[in-house]
Order: sequence, then structure tokens, then C-alpha cells
Amino acid sequence: MQHADSSGSVMTQAEAPSQQSTSPSGYSGEANSRKDADQDIILEMRHITKSFPGVKALDDVSLKVQRGEIHALVGENGAGKSTLMKVLSGVYPHGKYAGDIVYNGEVLALRGIADSESKGIIIIHQELALVPLLSIAENIFLGNEISSKGIIDWPETNRRTSELLRKVGLSENPESLVSDLGLGKQQLIEIAKALSKEVKLLILDEPTSSLNEKDSDTLLALLTEFKARGISSILISHKLNEISRVADTITVLRDGTLVSTLDCHAQAISEDHIIRDMVGRSLSDRYPPRTPQIGGAVMQVRDWTVHHPLYPDNKVVSGVDLELRRGEVLGIAGLMGAGRTELAMSLFGRSYGRNISGEVMINGKAVDLGTIRKAIDAGLCYVTEDRKQYGLVLDQSIQRNIPLANLNAVAQYGLIDENRELAVANDYREKINIRCPDVSQQTINLSGGNQQKVVLSKWLFADPEILILDEPTRGIDVGAKYEIYTIIRDLAAAGKSIIVISSEMPELLGICDRLYVMNEGRFVGELSVAEATQEKIMSMIVRAST
Amino acid sequence: MNDETPETAGALKAKPKTSMHFIRTHLREYGILIALIVIMAFFQFMTGGILLKPVNLTNLILQNSYIIIMAVGMLLVIVAGHIDLSVGSVLGFIGALAAVMIVEYDINYVVTAIVCLAAGAAIGAMQGYWIAYFKIPAFIVTLAGMLVFKGLTLWLLAGQSIGPFPKNFQLISSGFIPDLFKAEGINLFSLSLGVLTASILIILSARSRMHQQRIGIVDEPFAFFFAKNAIIAFAIIYLSYLLAAFRGLPNVLIIMAFLISVYTFIASKTTIGRRIYAIGGNEKAAKLSGINTERLTFLTFANMGMLAALAGLVFAARLNTATPKAGFAFELDVIAAVFIGGASMSGGVGTIIGAVVGAFIMGVMNNGMSILGIGIDWQQVIKGLVLLAAVIFDVYNKNKA
Repeated sequence: MQHADSSGSVMTQAEAPSQQSTSPSGYSGEANSRKDADQDIILEMRHITKSFPGVKALDDVSLKVQRGEIHALVGENGAGKSTLMKVLSGVYPHGKYAGDIVYNGEVLALRGIADSESKGIIIIHQELALVPLLSIAENIFLGNEISSKGIIDWPETNRRTSELLRKVGLSENPESLVSDLGLGKQQLIEIAKALSKEVKLLILDEPTSSLNEKDSDTLLALLTEFKARGISSILISHKLNEISRVADTITVLRDGTLVSTLDCHAQAISEDHIIRDMVGRSLSDRYPPRTPQIGGAVMQVRDWTVHHPLYPDNKVVSGVDLELRRGEVLGIAGLMGAGRTELAMSLFGRSYGRNISGEVMINGKAVDLGTIRKAIDAGLCYVTEDRKQYGLVLDQSIQRNIPLANLNAVAQYGLIDENRELAVANDYREKINIRCPDVSQQTINLSGGNQQKVVLSKWLFADPEILILDEPTRGIDVGAKYEIYTIIRDLAAAGKSIIVISSEMPELLGICDRLYVMNEGRFVGELSVAEATQEKIMSMIVRAST
Repeated sequence: MNDETPETAGALKAKPKTSMHFIRTHLREYGILIALIVIMAFFQFMTGGILLKPVNLTNLILQNSYIIIMAVGMLLVIVAGHIDLSVGSVLGFIGALAAVMIVEYDINYVVTAIVCLAAGAAIGAMQGYWIAYFKIPAFIVTLAGMLVFKGLTLWLLAGQSIGPFPKNFQLISSGFIPDLFKAEGINLFSLSLGVLTASILIILSARSRMHQQRIGIVDEPFAFFFAKNAIIAFAIIYLSYLLAAFRGLPNVLIIMAFLISVYTFIASKTTIGRRIYAIGGNEKAAKLSGINTERLTFLTFANMGMLAALAGLVFAARLNTATPKAGFAFELDVIAAVFIGGASMSGGVGTIIGAVVGAFIMGVMNNGMSILGIGIDWQQVIKGLVLLAAVIFDVYNKNKA
């Protein structure tokens, strides 16, 4: 997810220049409204610009954090939050970005995470970096063991662990295994680990996204407590209610640029205000024009519930009802981790999750989608969000990847007709414009957009009636995006039914006919595209979050 | 983020023009064949021509037949992303089973062979079951199998060697195909078979080139195409001439040729083969494409067991006795052959021909070094280094690409 977020920033940034002018200009004044002189600044990031080949992920972003404050960083997926924090924590070392990081009055030239940690800047990622089968004490001091001559001093380790655990409000035995703890406690262990490294600036990336309300409260209370001890925190979160409760300052990023810096003590900041800043951009003609022709229901899903494959008590998708009509492009909006991919994959031959319950009707008849083969035969296909891991055999050619889901169509009696296979590959190469010297090209050598087109071709060749496209334009450039949108439009016009999962709201608004909004495993809203706005979607999400 | 920067697009579109350039860009495919030729030339020179003496060449083929038979199966296992450590023990076990059935119970050798092949397939299926459906790592399942069947071999033979086999059974590996033409001094039938094989190969590759030309995807320069086919045809005819000068083509060579062509066909032309490569290349993507990855993995291991059983029969027939030590460490030679032949440890890459050539490289080195009187100690060292060098070469080439 971390990686995905940063690649997301790559793509939205490509569109940024055109939107610069559309963003309201009134906010820039607020950025400088603070009186800096009499404040104790622990961190100042000045004019940070970070480019990836061809695009700017961060464009001239400045940020100030005072000693002992909670500084919230908000923005849509791909706004550049994670990239900014990777610059700060040394993942992108000095020299790989433009601008300065001034920390405690000193200009930092970080070479890596070890460097930033030694300065007391510690980042806790959304996915916890704990080793489940090691004890709490072993995890806290991993890589930083209390030892002499390589021999670990266990009594001291356990004593210090108990001390740290007390500080974060836990009373666990230092020798119990991390895998025996709940997610909330694991998050606290991460913080205890940060404390063991004498943290001065704690960065938390979506720390409460997988926690229940009580655990979230504990964590937020802890951050407030740290303020008193002079520890500053940067909190990345989508949960605006939490942010307005604890944050001292809020920085809003959009498309890699700084939109506003809001001082929560100077004025009351409403959630609507933050949402407006987060999404404030207009849709231009980045989407091909389309006249929808929507027929009757093709697929109906009733009360679909999916449990986590490893933690069967966790419901990843709960009680989802969905209806898809012929010729319709149906969007599912939501933040990362909302359960959208899990919903799609569980529908597609139960390729995700366990204890799946619910009912699927296709063309009015109840169907069994128990295996992937059955799902394909029922006319379903799922185009993955992660084409490298789940979509392509990267070592193999375009020609060999395309027929993979429907090999029998290019074979007779189990014998592959390579002429037909080649013809099929060339056909798709032309039809959807896969740019390559020839179809014997290994897919690993293609650009993201062309890889995506190969995956799409594979599924189009399987001739599905219902296509589920999961983040179909992730990590590809604007031109290729337009081509993918055009393919989607043409498929719908040909009577196919399409579900698009995307974290980019403008994209959903631009290509879909109807939207479901998903949050924490549930559908929390349904909108026709005519009535939908980014603000409405965002507020449905944040109001449903607890 | 343009789809292609102008430079790379240009480089990709430029077709390789010269044969040298083509060889350089296809070093991974042809490097191994070139290596075999170089190694053979080296030993031919160093041994003063003994290596390619008809009697030694015949011997070379007989000595390596069971390794090659197993390498064919192992290639599929490794392409699917697994490994089978039990093949040496299975080979020994099946040899023992055959000996007990034929020698002690006096069962007809055809019946015995069928039972043995079925037993091998069943052994492979049992191991494949755990690997495919319970996701137990193949390394562990087949390591267990290696111990189990080594033990069962000892039990079956009660620690003794059992032999000899009846004449007809021995013919599997020590027999030669009869000379239908009955010429003086040379086995003309064997030679004609060699010429026939070479002609068929030339016709097949010419046809496929003509087809490529018709649809305009030829990227092999004509000079290279011509030279490659000329060398292969010459090698086949020359080797069959040498073999014909001794006693003709060994039966086991026919078995090998049959297996190599059938499995090459399966691997490259059938949906089953295509799916096995897809599983090894990216199991998750293959599964999400609706491929029954479990069943194919299971079948791959069952097939491996059957081929190990066939190798067991060939080996027992060659030794004319079943011994408790039969098959010891054979799995390592087989696996080494597959990797020398260019298969990838992570699966999805490798060819049957590559594995066979890899086995011959090991075989020629064994044979050549023995003729030169190099001790078994240094032979092991050199073979180890060759394996390492081959894989380093492969990885280096892949990284460069």
C-alpha cells in the first residue's frame, strides 16, 4: 500500500500543471499566516521537490513542525503525503530531491533510514513492521539489541521493555509473542519501539486505519501525552474527525503541491473545509465522451460477507449488496483498505478470503462462483490492481500472456496453434494499441500502460460479460489512461458490464454511470454520477469512519 | 512517463543484422550448445581422439541414458517452480522391485516393466499430492521421499544385490537395434536412421522459417539459420556414422530420442506445457487466469516418478543387477544437468533440449576426465565449478538484459 500510494502520486502529478490554475488562490495566504519568530521549530522542510522520471511527485512543498505539536498531513491517495514522508525519513536520500530539511536548526543530508532514526525521526508505516513470531522484547530491540560482545543481555532487555510498555500504557509480558496481540496493541508496540530509539519526531502513516474506536482513542491519547514530553508527531490520516480532535496544525496536499496550512488554534476548522481543500479541482475533458445505454440487471450480489484469510474473526467485506446492469460502468469508490479489492477477488472464484457467504445471481440465475474457472465460465473476469504480481507472467512474451485465460480457444485437442495465437496477439496489439516492436516482446520490458493493455487483452480474449477492473490506470501516464478509458467506454457500448475500482475520484466521476462508496468493508452510499461530487464521496467516507 | 523513450524504441525496432549480433543477443539459448561442442572438442583433442571412438561414444550414451531420462522429467518439475530430490532413491527402489519380481518371483519382464512404471507414477503422485494440494514445500516432501525409498530399497533387497536379469530384460539398455540392411562392416540401417532424422529436422525448421517469413517475423539471419542447421545435421549424421561403425544405435538411444521429442512437443506445443511454464513464471497470475495449478503440479510430479521408474529399469538392466546403492546421489546429477541447461531456480524458464545438453556436458566431462586418468576427487571439483559457472553465466546474462 505504501508503494502503491507513492506510485499513485506519480500519476496524479502528471495532471497537476493543468489544475494549478483551477485551485482557489485564497489559501496561499494562510500558509504564511503563522508567526514563526516566537515558536520553537523542530522541523522545517523547505521547497521540497521530488521528481520521478517524467513527473513531479512533490512540487515545492514546505512544511514546519513545532516542538511538541501534532501536525496532521492530509490529502487524497496519491497527493504526495507518503513521498514527502519518505524524503523526511531518508528513504529517498539527500540528493535525490531538491530542497532542504532543517531539523533542530541543522540542515540534514540523510543517506537512509538508519540516519534519520539516529536523529530521532521515526516513521511507523501503515503495514506494521513487526516480526510476528518474535517476542515483544525481541521486536522492540531488533537491530538495536542490548548486548556486549554480541551476547544479548536478556534481563536488561526485558526490564527496559517493561518500562517502555508502561509508557505506552501496556502491561504485557515482554516475552509474549507479537502474533498473540491484537492490531491495536501491535501498533502500540511499534510506538514503544520508536520510544526505545529516543524519538523526537514520530511519523505515523494511517495509524488508526485498521484499529477499532477504543484502540484508536488509546493511540491518540498517547500522542497527546507525548506532546507534553516535547515529542512532535506527524499524523497522516483520512479520519478527519480524529484529526480535528487532536491536531494542532493541518497541512493539506493535493497533486504533489501544498494547498493549505491550517492552524487549528487560530480558527475552528470544519471538516468540510478540509475536504474542499483535499479535492478542490475540476474535471476537465480528460475522459472520452460517452452516451450510456444501460439495460437490465446483469449481476446481483446479496449480503456478501468475506472474512480475512488469516484472521477469520475480521470481516473484510460485510453485508454488501450490489447490482450491475447491462452496458453500465459502475464505480466503487473508497480509500485504500476499504475492502474493494477484497470484494472483487472474493467474487472472482473466491480468490481472496475465507468463510465467504452471500449469493450471486447472473442474468437472474443463482450461480456458483466457487472456483476461478467457474467464475470465468460464468462470464466474469477480474483485472488485477497489481499487474506484475497477479496479472502477467513477466518472463513470457505478449503473445504467450494474452491467451492464458482462454488457452483452449487457440488450441485443438490440447495442441496449441501458434499461428492462431500469433494472430490473436497481433489483433489485440492493433485493436487496443499495445506499443511494442512485435508480440514476441517479453512483458517485463513493457511500460506500465502497455503492460496494463496486455492484461486487459488477456481478459478481453476470455470474452467476459462482466469485467471487474481494479485500479485500471494505476501507475500509468495520462495518455495511456485516456486509451484505457476509451476501451472501457467501447466495452460498455458493446453491452458489457463493467465495475471499476479506483482510488482516484475524478476518474470514477469521469467514466462511471453510478457509484458505490465503500468504507471499512461496507457500502456506505450509492450515487448516480450526476449527483456525485468528490466532496459528497469524501464526506460519506469520513462520516462513516469512526 | 512516456510509453517508450525515443532511444529505446529505436533500439527495439532495429532488427539484429548480423549473425554475430544474433548470437550475442541469444547467448542464453545457444551458449549451452556451444559450450558442449567446445567441451567435446577439448576432450577429443586431449584424449587423442578416444572420446569419439565408436565404442566410447556408445558407452557415453549408455552411461548417461538414465540421467537424461530423469532430466526430462526434472525439467518440467523445475520449470513448475519445484524440485524433486527423491529421484535417485526412486530409481534404486524401482530397480530393486523389478529384480524381486523378475528374479525371485519369475514374473514376465513385460508385466514387471508395466507394474514398475505404474509404481513410479504412484510414488510421484503421492509426493505431488502433498506438494500440490497441501502446499508442503517440494524440497521437504521429496527429501522425505529420498530417505523413505532409500530405506525401502534396502528392505526389499534385504541388503543384498539381486541378479542377473534374463537376457530379454537386459536388452533395454545393452541391446542395439537390428540392422535390417545387413551391410558389411557398418550398420547401414542405423546410419540411414541418422540421415533420416537429420533430414526431418531440416525440413521442420525450414518449414517453420518459411512460415515466419510469410508473416514477417523472422529475426534469425539466414547465415545463422543455415550454419545452425548444417552443424546440427552434420553432427547427427556423423554421430550415427560413428555408432554404426560399432554396433549401431543402442535401444536406449531410441527410447531417449522418443522421450526427448515427445516432451519437447508437450513443453512447447501443448496447452499443458504452456500452463506449466505459466505456473512457474507466476503462479498467482496463472491461478487468477483460471489455470488449475494444483492439478498440474500434481501431474508434473507423477510424471517425474514414472520417468524415474523408467530410468530405474534402464539402470538395473545395464548393471544386470539391482544393488542397494543404485541411484545414490543421482538426483544431484539430474538437477545439475537441468540447471546447466539454462533452467531457472525460480521456475518458468528452461527447455528440454537444454536439460539434455546439460546432461551431456556432465557426461562428456565424466567420461573425458576418466579417460585422462583424472581422479574422482578432482572430477567432483571440476564438475562443481562448471555447474557454478553455468548458473553465474545465466544470471549475469539475465541481469544484463
